[in-house]
Amino acid sequence: MSEQPSIFDILGPIMIGPSSSHTAGASRIGYIARQLLNDKPVKAIVTLYNSFAKTHKGHGTDRAIVGGILGFGPDDVRIRNSFTIARAEGLKWEFRIVGGINKFHSNTARVHLTGNGGGTVEIAGASLGGGRIKIQEIEGFPVDFSAHTHTIVIIADDIPGSIKSISGAIAEKGMNIANMYVARNEKLANMVIEVDQAIDRETLKKIESFNWVKFARRVEPMADGSSRYDK
Amino acid sequence: MEFNLLSDIVDYCKREGKDMAQAMVDYEMRNKGLTSQQVYDDLKRVLLVMEDSVDQGLTQEVITPSGMLNNWAKKVYECKTETLGSSLKKATARAIAVGEVNACMGKIAAAPTAGSAGIMPAVLVTMMEEHNIPRQRILDALLVSSAVGLIFAKNSSFAGSEAGCMGETGSAAAMGAAAITYLLGGTEDRILEAVGFALKASMGLVCDPVAGLVEEPCTTRNAVGVANAFVSAQMALAGIKSLIPADEVIFATKEVGDLMSPRLKESGQGGLANTKTGREIQKQVFKAVRGDGST
Repeated sequence: MSEQPSIFDILGPIMIGPSSSHTAGASRIGYIARQLLNDKPVKAIVTLYNSFAKTHKGHGTDRAIVGGILGFGPDDVRIRNSFTIARAEGLKWEFRIVGGINKFHSNTARVHLTGNGGGTVEIAGASLGGGRIKIQEIEGFPVDFSAHTHTIVIIADDIPGSIKSISGAIAEKGMNIANMYVARNEKLANMVIEVDQAIDRETLKKIESFNWVKFARRVEPMADGSSRYDK
Repeated sequence: MEFNLLSDIVDYCKREGKDMAQAMVDYEMRNKGLTSQQVYDDLKRVLLVMEDSVDQGLTQEVITPSGMLNNWAKKVYECKTETLGSSLKKATARAIAVGEVNACMGKIAAAPTAGSAGIMPAVLVTMMEEHNIPRQRILDALLVSSAVGLIFAKNSSFAGSEAGCMGETGSAAAMGAAAITYLLGGTEDRILEAVGFALKASMGLVCDPVAGLVEEPCTTRNAVGVANAFVSAQMALAGIKSLIPADEVIFATKEVGDLMSPRLKESGQGGLANTKTGREIQKQVFKAVRGDGST
């Protein structure tokens, strides 16, 4: 039996209007980028594709994404004033508009963030409707995850035994790997690991301490007023 | 635990000696590993957001950035002329209130979508006031409405881009009709009749938002959806039978949605969006909405 929808897929999400794709999903993409940056963002370059490119202004998608980058969840009323808050917090942002990219879902956003410490991260994600999203790219790697559960994203040299070392570090704390996706380019590997419990800092530090790991970050699911995301 | 048809849920109720609200608590508990208390706590949060969104639209200044909606809910609520008494007038105002709050980037509970978020709050707040129904029963009515939404989502679609407004305000009206029928003591069979009536009245309703925004005609269609819910429940409670069973009506909405031109499904290219005035409004709106706000 496939996973059955929740009644809170019908009665929810609790969200900032006007449209689950344009605000709830959009803010989530921004929020995930911020978590992956793991620093206070000071600069954001957001590229909107396809339908998002055409419809973002009237729907407040721009405010929702900036709100997400500021760390606001999809039901956070501060999203409405996110531009003002971003200015106050020293976040500079820029929107770029690109239509007609067939390889992307109709509502796709690319978010490039620069942190206070100079670090950067770039992701692309699609807003699928009902506030659901799919992250399709991280740092140029194709990925496919929805961040509905605790997720670790790793980029590392593609060396033998890397998966074993990483899964070992996760298992050490008694965490259970639910799903693991691996992608490779010429010399690097990207892993997206979904686990059942919250990921502690120590485990993440341990993974980061392997000298072949370039990047290890966690994405925690966000509360949105419905039971699926915060239990 | 899996329900694929409304009749599956009715069968479950009859087999287990439970009502539709209890059936949905069982469904959520078993599939999501929650306790009954957790399910009800989440329902309470949904209801609170619904009530708040009604209050905000009736008390705060709500003018959308496009200028298309301008404190309409308050205008209706305070209107001295009542077509059918104050209840229908207030229910109408409440649905518009949530639509306005949604369009102004306020907080709402999608039920089932953001564009149709006005119908369930208007129905429930009005039922609480008119029939003095305790909150716990209202939570059960939310569960009953979720049953309708669940089956509609499986066999048709909530997406305006797939099923037009039929999928949004149509399904919400059916959820509302089920809730009202349940709250006034209707059996499972009667609840399904109400669903059938509400969906039949929404059959083929297009999604043609002016300037692509969730404002015109979405907001007033929410208000009419509330009337649909009350009228449908009234017929069902009187014992009139929907000659086409609710599950078959849902399949028909899927067929009709598939047959509808993409121009009439959320694209902003047909219907009201494509009228002379609709196009003019679109031009003005996109001139008025300011740039990206970057520094």
